[in-house]
Amino acid sequence: MSAGPPLERQAAITGIGQSDVGRRLGRTDIDLTIDACLDAIADAGLTREDIDGLATYPGAGTGMAGFSGPGTPEVQDALRLKLNWHDGGAEGPAQMKAVIAACFAIAAGAARHVLVYRTVTESTVQGEGGRQGIGGSGSGGSGGVPRFSGFLQWTLPFGAVSAANWIALVGQRRVHEFGLTREQLAHVALNGRRNAALNPKAIYRQPMTLDDYLAARMISSPLCLFDCDAPCDGSTALVVSHVDYAADAPHPACHVNSVGTALRGRPSWDQFDDMTTMAARDAGASMWERTDLVPSDVDIAQLYDGFSLLTLVWLEALGFCGRGESGEFVDGGSRIALDGQLPLNTAGGQLSAGRLHGFGLLHEACVQLRGDGGERQVPGRHEVAVVANGGGPIAGSLLLTRGSG
Amino acid sequence: MFANGPSIRLLPRLDDDNRFFWTGGKDGVLRFLKCGSCHQLVHPPVPVCPACLGKDLAPEAVSGRGRVHAYTVNHQQWIPGSEPYVIGLVEIVEQPDVRLTTNLVDCESEDGLIGSDVEVTFEQHDEVFLPLFRSVDSSKESNS
Repeated sequence: MSAGPPLERQAAITGIGQSDVGRRLGRTDIDLTIDACLDAIADAGLTREDIDGLATYPGAGTGMAGFSGPGTPEVQDALRLKLNWHDGGAEGPAQMKAVIAACFAIAAGAARHVLVYRTVTESTVQGEGGRQGIGGSGSGGSGGVPRFSGFLQWTLPFGAVSAANWIALVGQRRVHEFGLTREQLAHVALNGRRNAALNPKAIYRQPMTLDDYLAARMISSPLCLFDCDAPCDGSTALVVSHVDYAADAPHPACHVNSVGTALRGRPSWDQFDDMTTMAARDAGASMWERTDLVPSDVDIAQLYDGFSLLTLVWLEALGFCGRGESGEFVDGGSRIALDGQLPLNTAGGQLSAGRLHGFGLLHEACVQLRGDGGERQVPGRHEVAVVANGGGPIAGSLLLTRGSG
Repeated sequence: MFANGPSIRLLPRLDDDNRFFWTGGKDGVLRFLKCGSCHQLVHPPVPVCPACLGKDLAPEAVSGRGRVHAYTVNHQQWIPGSEPYVIGLVEIVEQPDVRLTTNLVDCESEDGLIGSDVEVTFEQHDEVFLPLFRSVDSSKESNS
């Protein structure tokens, strides 16, 4: 550790924006992105002339169709931004990578107001076909059958074709090692659905019971349909500014207190030393190493729920409970409810509000810190929020505090 | 009884680094790269030993025995026509931090799978021999 405070404290989120969110909106990724970006710039009390940095995750052309959104060149050109710094890419501390990179760029003096966005159009592009596995992008096979190199060669031949399978292995290991039950896991999904009912933009708002959950078809044991997030269309954007602008911003700024970026185990879905934690363990630990705040200071948690199981992993990784204790922590649901000890995924999370891929959770953390949650605003203190993204060997987290503004 | 895997096997693209692994089943042997200096098994194959940074690496046969570290029963039709099959994560007995994602075959029940002893069996597709694993007990009945 250096002597001074960590450099990310030079940054604050001063503006947030979001496009329409829904299923099969039938709009292009750049169209949604422009909506979100202009919304965020205005929310920060700025104009596009003020924006001198641009970042996204994961950058154009990454992953399955509809997954990546437009790259920074497309957005820069559409808005004719004059940039001092720009960055898009998938390798790094999960989706938070784009925000964290922006913080460091600001601390380094490379930019003053960085526009950061994440856009998905998976619902429109994947259509009615439902959740897809990993597509064939390999080459070199005979007879036109794709062949696979890199990590996928070690999983696809065995039908482990989706992150659902890879994370299910973590889940079944947790069942074995910690006695995790489906009834416990259900409470992540049920909590999300309860909160989604209070979020007009959420994808699934109708009530769900424990019986509904338990009756859902199995995807890859122990994960059922309701343990998997809901592909959607939508774009989320934020403005990360130098902290000396925070007091001038029209809304209370969300100060970046510390970032979780570590990856100390092997960067692998199946070779990581502790399959029950994987990279979240390292990201969470590194975030707390950079701050004097402690887990009990956190008022609001927005923890990645691309699969419900990942939320449990994050609860432990961030020290809200001990290793193996997350099942009991969420059991019954009261501790993680809006009025509970640790309000969790207050807009419904990705399971019910839609797979905005980390940035929906980040957006909601800012909404709650500002006190703008409306019907779903957590009662009482809302000074400190944690956002965590990613699963398996990919993890990043962000600790945010509310400024006076 | 679960299926032994998906209805269609997606296959690895062979290259000079991985060919020994994927074709080893031709003579019924599971092989990993082994460091000539510190004897560490190295997987997936890379041209340096991550333990001692030695570069004297060569494929070496292992017993083919392992232990189930984790599993999941896949029900989703990612690959159309598939019946539920068991994906296993198997630790190699010679060095348990080396794991293979694989299929657990001839598997009738998921009870007690984690921690159980398994051994390799190969399934051939063209020049590729996929290493699958079955319980040591059930293999005694169907083998030899």
